[in-house]
Amino acid sequence: MGPPSYAGSLQRSWYYGFRVICGLIFIFLIAPILVIIPLSFNAEPYFTFTEGMLTLDPEAFSLRWYEDIIANPQWLHSIKNSLIVGFFATLLATTLGTVAALGLSRPYMPYKQIIMPLLISPMIVPLIISAAAMYFFYSSIGLSQTLPGIILAHTALGTPFVVITVTATLVGFDYSLTRASASLGAPPARTFFKVTMPLILPGMISGGLFAFITSFDEVVVVLFLAGFEQRTIPRQMWAGIREQISPTILAVATLLVMASIVLLVTLELLRRRNERLRGIRA
Amino acid sequence: MKNTNVIVVGAAAVIIAVVGYFAIDKGRQASEAQKEIARLSADVERLMGEKEKIEKEKELALRPSSLTVVSWGGAYTKSQVEAYHKPWVKKTGIKINSEDYNGGLAEVKAQVESGTVVWDLVDVELSDAVRGCDDGLFEPIDLSILPPGDDGTPAKDDFLPGTLYECAVANIIWSTIYAYDKTKFPGDKPSTIADFFDSKKFKGKRGMRKGAKPNLEMALMADGVAAGDVYKLLSTPAGVDQAFKMLDKIKDDTVWWEAGAQPPQMLADGEVVMSTAYNGRIFNAQVVENKPFVIVWDGQVWDLDLWAIPKGAPNKKTALEFIAFSTDTTRNAAQASYISYGPVRKSAAPLVSTHAGTGIDMKPHMPTAPENFKNALQNDFAWWADHQDEMNERFAAWLAK
Amino acid sequence: MTSTTANDAIIRTAEGVPLKLKLLRTTRRNRIVAFCLVVPLLLFILVTFLVPIAVMLLRSVDNPIVAETLPQTVAALEHWSGQGVPDEAAFAALAEEFTLARENRTIGRAATRLNFELSGMRSLVTSTARTLSRGEQGPYKELLIEIDGRWGEQKTWATIKLIGQRYTTVQYLASFDLHYDAAGRIVAQPEVRQIYVQIFMRTLWVSLLVTVLCLLLGYPVAYLLSTLPSRISNMLMILVLLPFWTSLLVRTTAWIVLLQTHGVINDLLVWAGLIGDESRVQMIYNMTGTIVAMTHILLPFMVLPIYSVMKTISPSHMRAALSLGANPLVAFWRVYAPQTVPGIGAGSILVFIISIGYYITPALVGGRTGQLISNFIAFHMQKSLNWGLAAALGTVLLACVLLLYWLYSRVVGLDKLKLG
Repeated sequence: MGPPSYAGSLQRSWYYGFRVICGLIFIFLIAPILVIIPLSFNAEPYFTFTEGMLTLDPEAFSLRWYEDIIANPQWLHSIKNSLIVGFFATLLATTLGTVAALGLSRPYMPYKQIIMPLLISPMIVPLIISAAAMYFFYSSIGLSQTLPGIILAHTALGTPFVVITVTATLVGFDYSLTRASASLGAPPARTFFKVTMPLILPGMISGGLFAFITSFDEVVVVLFLAGFEQRTIPRQMWAGIREQISPTILAVATLLVMASIVLLVTLELLRRRNERLRGIRA
Repeated sequence: MKNTNVIVVGAAAVIIAVVGYFAIDKGRQASEAQKEIARLSADVERLMGEKEKIEKEKELALRPSSLTVVSWGGAYTKSQVEAYHKPWVKKTGIKINSEDYNGGLAEVKAQVESGTVVWDLVDVELSDAVRGCDDGLFEPIDLSILPPGDDGTPAKDDFLPGTLYECAVANIIWSTIYAYDKTKFPGDKPSTIADFFDSKKFKGKRGMRKGAKPNLEMALMADGVAAGDVYKLLSTPAGVDQAFKMLDKIKDDTVWWEAGAQPPQMLADGEVVMSTAYNGRIFNAQVVENKPFVIVWDGQVWDLDLWAIPKGAPNKKTALEFIAFSTDTTRNAAQASYISYGPVRKSAAPLVSTHAGTGIDMKPHMPTAPENFKNALQNDFAWWADHQDEMNERFAAWLAK
Repeated sequence: MTSTTANDAIIRTAEGVPLKLKLLRTTRRNRIVAFCLVVPLLLFILVTFLVPIAVMLLRSVDNPIVAETLPQTVAALEHWSGQGVPDEAAFAALAEEFTLARENRTIGRAATRLNFELSGMRSLVTSTARTLSRGEQGPYKELLIEIDGRWGEQKTWATIKLIGQRYTTVQYLASFDLHYDAAGRIVAQPEVRQIYVQIFMRTLWVSLLVTVLCLLLGYPVAYLLSTLPSRISNMLMILVLLPFWTSLLVRTTAWIVLLQTHGVINDLLVWAGLIGDESRVQMIYNMTGTIVAMTHILLPFMVLPIYSVMKTISPSHMRAALSLGANPLVAFWRVYAPQTVPGIGAGSILVFIISIGYYITPALVGGRTGQLISNFIAFHMQKSLNWGLAAALGTVLLACVLLLYWLYSRVVGLDKLKLG
């Protein structure tokens, strides 16, 4: 790779200059995330590289902050809460969202222009307003400071992502497939599970992942709705950053970065599978 | 709202499904316990001895298995765990869920107004105790539950004047002071409240509580106002302007903290060279963590911390028992051997001796020690109850500019 | 098999139903089925989200406390001219209702509500109620003024009349730094209490700045990604997507680690001898921190839409322009850039909308000067407990966002909303 052979010296320097600029922007994007990983192995309770770390002295590195997480019942409890809330919110959001997306994608869907904005409104309304509103309402029906309350709130926040991704998968969906299935005598449920679902599965999974990450990363609603018992990972991090920032947070952050890498890879694989499937059909 | 009826019914199904899932587990436990009791009751006549045992179990089952006690976290909560919680658990077997908060009535109000009260007991400042009582957020407390002092003095005479209220019982006297890191001042050292506001003479960042209280009082005292005149002056617009003008002088040099655990941390990290703080937190850093911090007592603003029970608390009766237990002479004095907050019982004062960990004498570290008390101001709860809305709003506007 | 008859020339289905009718029925059935599929989610969103939002917005005008605690007094004040003090009827009603409210323990809430509007009302109300409950008798006008001179002041009564309204506009006025003076005119708040207009302006300004920064940084990156061979661009795309998928709190923490006074960048600068150890740069807990962290967090939202538009632009357009002798800059500006405008529009509006309601990052790294309107809504929700004002500020913010979304749907179309 290089500039085209016919390029003049000005173009040539611009060509390389442009790449340097882009390189710097990529560093801006990724460096902050990478910096915290080595720091989470710091043996000292500081947020900066010690001399020992820079000279790669093994003494300067330790797993003490990771041990801290395991030894701290609050962190463990918050991990458990995050997983419970994330799991149920994803399950509910994916189910409700997929069914709705099936309806929205049908050619005869009435009032689509009104219903669609309503369905994706949880994504549009600023979180602080959603959180405040849910706090008043959920408190008045006794759902604040309970896990089910947080699950319902996160489900509402997650469904727009499912609706959007599944609707996108259904664009260009070949309805003759379901008609064929029906005309061969399959009941609607069987048609859905055997014909429709395999085709829209990538959309469902990536929508579900979006819903999961929305719940897993959400802190504003949790700040308002959760009591001490319902603290999730982001809530625990929030308390840590606000009050007593310790490298334990960096250890948790590193684990979360790892988790997002896994997520990213999963999504990329799904995208490829989806493209392949569509490629075959086309 | 006819339409919402339909919606609510529809939603109920969804909600019940989710709630149901979580209820199943509890329900199963409950029904099993009931079966057990039923079976044993049938055998009661055959085995009198067993009957007694069952009744004992029943009595235990009626008592809560735990009590949720909310306090200010960090070294202060730790002292309460040592002085109150541990002996309480030993005596009653009732577990304590200790939670942290940063003061204020917001959480209590939210719980009470929504009817989902989960806190049994909360440690509040005086102005919040009075305001919360007026607003119906706290349960009235029958003061006759308080045990007499060790010397037999009835509780109402044993508690210092002004420490017992309709809805709250004081447990400690604490103070907002300022402290500095002596390694940062090799030459002249700050010694008066005026020095805190003099960033020319003593350079470096300051830490202050993010709120109007008690920064306004400290600002006026730093401006030379006598402690006795502070609230009189603050009741006039000119006095408030004067206080904010003093705060203006160090606005750009100040880092604002919210949790009591932050100031010692900020001093230790070198983020600030001096900070206002709760005196017990600095004491803890000095004595337990050997930090080179020095407290300046001049211009301290002292206040009470009180126990209050949120209205509709799930275990009100046990919470009352806990209040009586934790404010008796022994506990009240024991508290002071873990952190430098003063006891509120006259009978407890002479029992204050040495720090539990290091054995140093606690008396000179108390806010009320004569040496420390020369220029001290008591936080005026009545003034704050009236002015905190306006002052906090003005403070927020001032801060953001 | 369809059968037709010569007379009516209506096409019929095998069952003999006219085809037109059958088609209509099928369409209707399809419509119902489609609608039924959407109903569960629609109901769910209505109950768990839209109704709560509506109820909260109502709080900005709902003002029940004083109207319910002192109904007679409020009624008696209806006829008061607003000059001097009201007549004995109002005083008598007030005295009676204060005594009753003290018994019911509702007086504190009313006092709190009045105190938000006029400092000192709390103690005036509670102490007067305490004195009255000793069973004092009228005439009440003299009695109340004797208990506290403030009952003889016009502004005390004006406040009760104002806050006694069942529905109120005071919260919206407060949202724009206005209030009613004692004579009932709308005037600006005293300067020391003016704040929200400035904060709204600041929020808009920060959102605009972050949008411009994201555009400046995002456009070249999107261009590079769209022109590189897909093997390389897919690799580089990870550098955009990893931040996108990483927890917000992790990214905010990362910036704290980098920017704080004893953080990585300052240490680096000191180590390199560019600044002294005593003159470390304050880069966080102020506006700089907010802007840097928000730009970083929102950059992927700019890159992705622009990238997807650029992907569809054929490189032959640029080549054609160049081969026709256009200067590369002119070719880029006249031929390429106009085609990317939809992507720029989509990315910019998206980033702007997200910025305007941002809460977490300013709260954690904004310090004193980097706070946005969301932070003030949270302040009134959690600290000052002035929920009515929080709701009013929220409504204004929501109106801004909805306006922008309407713009977005006009420019981009909601169904074009894509993720990842």
